[in-house]
Order: sequence, then C-alpha cells, then structure tokens
Amino acid sequence: MTKPWSRFAAPASFYPLAGRLIPVFWVLAAAFILIALYWGFFQTPDQLGGSNAQKDYYRIIFIHVGTAWMSMWLYAVLVAWAAVGLVFKTRLSFMMANAIAPTGAIFTFLALWTGAIWGRPSWGTYWDWDPRLTSELILFFLYIGYIALHSAIDDSRRADRAAALLAIVGLVMVPVIFWSINCPDPNQCAALHQRSGLGKVDGNILFAMLTMTLGLWMYSFATTLMRVRGIILTREAEAAWVQDLVRAQARGS
Amino acid sequence: MFTVFWSVLHRDLLLAMRRRTDVLTTLFFFVIVVSLFPLGVGTERAVLRVLGPGVVWVAALLASMLALERLFAADYEDGTLEQLLLTDQPLVLLTLAKVTAHWLLTGLPLVLIAPLVGMQYHLTDSSVAVMMLSLLLGTPVLSLIGAIGAALTLGLRGGGILLALLILPLYIPVLVYGAGAVTVGAASLGEAQPYLTLLAAFLVAALALAPLACAAALRISIE
Repeated sequence: MTKPWSRFAAPASFYPLAGRLIPVFWVLAAAFILIALYWGFFQTPDQLGGSNAQKDYYRIIFIHVGTAWMSMWLYAVLVAWAAVGLVFKTRLSFMMANAIAPTGAIFTFLALWTGAIWGRPSWGTYWDWDPRLTSELILFFLYIGYIALHSAIDDSRRADRAAALLAIVGLVMVPVIFWSINCPDPNQCAALHQRSGLGKVDGNILFAMLTMTLGLWMYSFATTLMRVRGIILTREAEAAWVQDLVRAQARGS
Repeated sequence: MFTVFWSVLHRDLLLAMRRRTDVLTTLFFFVIVVSLFPLGVGTERAVLRVLGPGVVWVAALLASMLALERLFAADYEDGTLEQLLLTDQPLVLLTLAKVTAHWLLTGLPLVLIAPLVGMQYHLTDSSVAVMMLSLLLGTPVLSLIGAIGAALTLGLRGGGILLALLILPLYIPVLVYGAGAVTVGAASLGEAQPYLTLLAAFLVAALALAPLACAAALRISIE
C-alpha cells in the first residue's frame, strides 16, 4: 500500500478526501442541471415532429434520457468496483459499490416513471412492452436484488463479497437478457417501438440532454461519496481515527 | 476425477430416494400451478392454447426455483458441505455433480409430466414434443443459474423469497425462448429449431460458467 494511487484505498485517508470532494460535486451538479434546465425550457423548439407533433410535454426527455443513461452506467461502475474489491480485496471498493446501488436504483425508477408520463400522451399508454422499457425494468430488479442480498447478510465481509459476485453474474447476464427481450423471435430482431439515433437529434435538445446527463453524473458522485462516508463511519466505528473524529467534532460544536 | 463426480451424484440421488416426498412436492407444485390457471382465466380452448406455453414455462421457473432452496441447505446444516469444501477435489466438479443430481430430481420429472400438462391446455402434438425438448434443454440451465443464487443465500433468514428476487430476473432468456419455442412449435417442429438451438447454446454456456460462479459463491458463504 505504498503506491500513490493506493493511498486512498484506506478508508481512513479516503474519508477526508471524500469530504472535500462532496461540495465540489454538488456545485458542479447544480450548475450543469440548472444550465440544462434553462436550455431545455427556453432554447429548444416548442414541439417536435410534423403530423402528430409532440408538444411541450416532450421536454421530460431532458430528465428521462439522463436518468436512463446514468442508471445503466452506474450499474457498470458498481460491477467494476465489485470486481476490483473481489480481486484486490480492498474494503473501500465494496463500500463504493454498495454506496452506488441506491443512486442507480433511483435513476432506474425515475427513468421508468418519466418514461411512463411521456408514454401516455405519445403512445397512448403508460406502459408498453417495448424492449427498452422491459430492459430498464429488469435492470431495476437487478439493483433491488443486489441491495436485498447485501442487506440480508449480517456479516459485512460476506455481504460485500456475495453481493459483488451477484452483481458480476448480473452483468454477464445483462447482454443475454437484453438480447432475448429485444429478439423474442430469433429470426428477426429489433421489435423496438421506435428507433432513435443521436445524430438525428436537434442540436439544442442534444446539448440540454448531454448537460443534464453530466449534471446527474456529478449528482451521483456527490451522493455516492456522502453515502460511502456514512458506510465508512458505520463499519469503522471501533477504529481509533473514527473515535478521534467523533471527539473532535464534539469539542467543536 | 470422475469418481468424485459420480460418488457425489450417487450420494445425492440415494439420499433423495430415501425421502421421496421432496421430489414429489416439486412435481405436484408444478402440476397444481398449471392446473390453477384455467380456473382463473377461463377454460376456452383458444385462450388456453395461447396461454399454455407461457404458463407452463413460468410454472417450471417457479418450481425449479422453489426446489433450489434445498440444493445445499441440508448439507450446509449438518456440515457435509464444509467437508466437501475442505477436500482437495475440485469444487467446481462437486457443485456440478450436486446440480446434476438436483436437476435429475426436480427438472427431469417436469419434462416427463409435460405431455399431461399439454393435454390440459389442448396443445397440438408437435407443441407437446417441442415443449418436452425445450424443457429438457431449459430446465438444466435454470438449475445451473439458480445454484449460484442458492449458494449465495445459504443459511440466510428469508432465504427462499430472497432467492426469488435474485434469480428470477436471470431466468428471463430461458423463459423467452422456451415459451417461444412451444408457441411456434404448434405448426411444425422445424419452426422451433432456432429457439431450441439457442436454448442448447444457453445450456453449454451455463455448463461452462455457472459451476465456476457457484463454487466461488460457496466459498464466500462458507469461510
């Protein structure tokens, strides 16, 4: 543990670092989200499409797309931390994976929720068994499974490793699951309700969407670091440095 | 090496034969679930023919999942599992043997009872044939994937319901192609061939990967 990059693998040295980073990420998150909201509301066209135009309600896309992208990305990050933890046996990696899961689950839920609100006026239904919707729902189940398994095991070491293995198995299965949902008939795939490509999106809309995604990403950093600080304190409650910290804070206030 | 496989397999089958009710419970669970659906959705032939493949496969999923709880539980409680882990034999092979025994006791009976269930749903002869084939290829995959979950939830309170939460989402590909095969198999056997090939591919992949993950999970749960 002498290499510079591994210095912060120790919870005791990561804790203050996370504390310094959290305000930075909050400011970045607020800035990006405010810019994205302004751009999304005032710099984009009032309606989309020709004959059957989507009116103002399409603007929910600025939240919907960002949360959907982040929900998938965070699962990959979660699995990466879990794998690092299993390989290098670093406690902090498991704590990071553990701290990411609730944020990821919330984003998945938000993506489904906003999608349903948007789907009602555009598709005439809150829910449709479109492959993308179904995949997002399954992703939500995977998050819930991870959280449920972790909280069902009292021994934190076993909980960390068991949940990490589950997350990895989940990631291996994700392409197969997505593919089976996307191509229920092996002879012809892509029964998508509608197709979309980033290249065809109006520049202003794309800018607002990407900025919002960045904002949500920063938000994920902030909440994950806050949560991981909480986890560190709970797990290391017996450690000397935590005791010192508690005593120092008691004197300060 | 294969003696290990055979001896574990033989032991598990022998133990199960001494307590036959365990095997029969799974089988009857499957039959009861399948029989309840017509009472719920009505007994119209056309409806049953459409619902049949999906219902049978979902029931197979549930039956296989419920049986999983017992895969390692008894051995875990009396310490046998710990002894198995301590031997210098490859753990992957031991888990594969246990899963094989488990499938022979809980999966294979479902395959054999399938024609009876097919009659309840007025499925055509070719549908029933495809159903048996798809169950034959699909239920081992369910046992293999499920074994990972069973190993992870070993000895936990509320293990059964937790197992459902962890494992059922992973069963989706088998469900999609298993039920799909039976649906298109109504016309002819040939139509179902791509589905069955995919199920066979899942089986090969699961045989190669699942015992590794399951062995790792057992090591995590017992240490």
